Amino acid sequence: MRYSMHSLIGLLLVAVLAGCSSKGGTTDGEMAAVDDRGMGAGEGAYATGAAGAGTFQGMSIDDPNSPLSRRVIYFEYDSSDILAEDQDLLVSHAAYLAANPGQGVSLEGHADERGSREYNIGLGDRRVQAVRRVLELQGVSAQQITTVSYGEEKPAVEGHSDTAWRMNRRVEIVYTGY
Amino acid sequence: MRDMFRSLVFVLLLQSGLAHAGLTIEITQGVEGAVPIAIVPFGWSGAGAAPENLAAIISSDLSRSGRFDPLPDRDLVAHPTDAAMVKFQNWRMLSVDNLVIGQVSQTSAGQYSVRFELFDVYRGKQIIGYSFPAGSQDLRRVAHHISDLIYEKLTGEKGAFNTQIAYVTTTGSGKGKTYTLLVADSDGYSPQTILRSNQPLMSPAWSADGRQIAYVTFENKAAEIYLQDVASGSRRKVASFPGVNGAPSWSPDGRRLALTLSQDGNPEIYIMEVASRALKRLTTNPAIDTEPAWAPDGKSLVFTSDRGGSPQLYRIASWGGQPQRLTFEGKYNAGADISPDGSKIAMVHGNNGSYRIAVLDLKSGVTRVLTDGRLDESPSFSPNGSMIIYATDAGNRGVMAAVSVDGRFRQRLSIQAGDVREPVWSPFGK
Repeated sequence: MRYSMHSLIGLLLVAVLAGCSSKGGTTDGEMAAVDDRGMGAGEGAYATGAAGAGTFQGMSIDDPNSPLSRRVIYFEYDSSDILAEDQDLLVSHAAYLAANPGQGVSLEGHADERGSREYNIGLGDRRVQAVRRVLELQGVSAQQITTVSYGEEKPAVEGHSDTAWRMNRRVEIVYTGY
Repeated sequence: MRDMFRSLVFVLLLQSGLAHAGLTIEITQGVEGAVPIAIVPFGWSGAGAAPENLAAIISSDLSRSGRFDPLPDRDLVAHPTDAAMVKFQNWRMLSVDNLVIGQVSQTSAGQYSVRFELFDVYRGKQIIGYSFPAGSQDLRRVAHHISDLIYEKLTGEKGAFNTQIAYVTTTGSGKGKTYTLLVADSDGYSPQTILRSNQPLMSPAWSADGRQIAYVTFENKAAEIYLQDVASGSRRKVASFPGVNGAPSWSPDGRRLALTLSQDGNPEIYIMEVASRALKRLTTNPAIDTEPAWAPDGKSLVFTSDRGGSPQLYRIASWGGQPQRLTFEGKYNAGADISPDGSKIAMVHGNNGSYRIAVLDLKSGVTRVLTDGRLDESPSFSPNGSMIIYATDAGNRGVMAAVSVDGRFRQRLSIQAGDVREPVWSPFGK
């Protein structure tokens, strides 16, 4: 793996989440819920004992200002390396999932249209596995994760341009039930 | 269909071995020029207009093979419909070696008799002549069968016009996208839907006897492999493991299915006994191993792997062992299909940002790029090995195209609206 951030997860995570929630014009209730995420992540030191996990769960996934609202990460051509800019995002998702062991997630891998279709299924699968490894390293249970590779079969953007291809080389993080 | 041809009425078959042999040599040497042939519009007797233009279908077939150059209609000096009407000197002046004439006669409502004759213009003799009974639904396939007879007689190689092609289309976009698996005649006509889904369908593969098609479906939001009986539409799920279930390929004996599974963490090639569904893992490598294709003798498979850093083709014995790399030219070689005689491999060849169909000759080691598209994919040999069908991009729409194995002749196939991908040619004798 290209990164090694799992050691600084705890602090970073809280910083990221708190930062996002505070600039998002959320209500107090939501603030409390976001804080609770730190607790849920198993970092006992940050626990505030505020709102219940149920409240938090609904809020954070649906909150457009939460980092969790970003559920797609992108890849270079023929690569499954996770880009530096997406590492924090995956850590946030991992923390949320680890804090909510009942929440399932489906990782959907995709490739751009170039080359042969089944090889692209393989590429999508490799991208999904890269994301899965990050999540599992961050404490997400293997039982929470299902994976599927669609290869080039479900492009996010139709077309044959570099732009379309860039948008199509991706892993989508799909929360079960959403 | 088969029964219909068995019941064909034999009209006349003259021995013309010498003329035939001469022609064969000519074609072998003269690969730069297709052989001129005159195909006269068939006569018609019956109520109303003729139900099909058989001569046009035959002409299109023969021309698509790249081996023949049918005379344009405007150059036809006469329109004979039986042997007595043929004046060979007229055709000799046009420098055509062969002449095809015929007649469609209505025998009852929706029933016809199709008669055709093939002549050697220089000898002034009939080479073959047949007559077939046919229902209106069979007329196009009778024309393809006639093309096969002409092709085989004149080239010495079995024709593959009266065969079928399976392919996938998509229509609509976004959430309204529909994926359809179809089977059509080898010229793209008479498409029949065999499966429709709002989730992706991919990788259709014909069984060796042409009765079943294996494919990958995501209808349950995960990749699964089904085997479907083409005629009845009945199907059964054979692979639904965690992760990738992909790239099904039937063994020549029809008893095994090679496929790709990632249940052990990354895509690997497996062989499944179709009857028991028992699995045997063939590859063991952290790279992507996928797209297995059986050699016609069933003793080995060619597959795609990026174990060397980029996708390339490898060969592995069907019992396992150490794979051997086959492709070294270019950074991207994938999606192999092996020719029916085992001597060539068609593949997607990526170079300088373009993905084209190339053929690797296993004996000489020479790779020839046959197409000039930007996003060509899914090559599939005709069962006689003379043509390759593939998918190409035509103005932001996927279409089917066919190229002769020598790369000399390319043609797009007529198809209905929608985005067409993954054409696969059926075996003979379905």
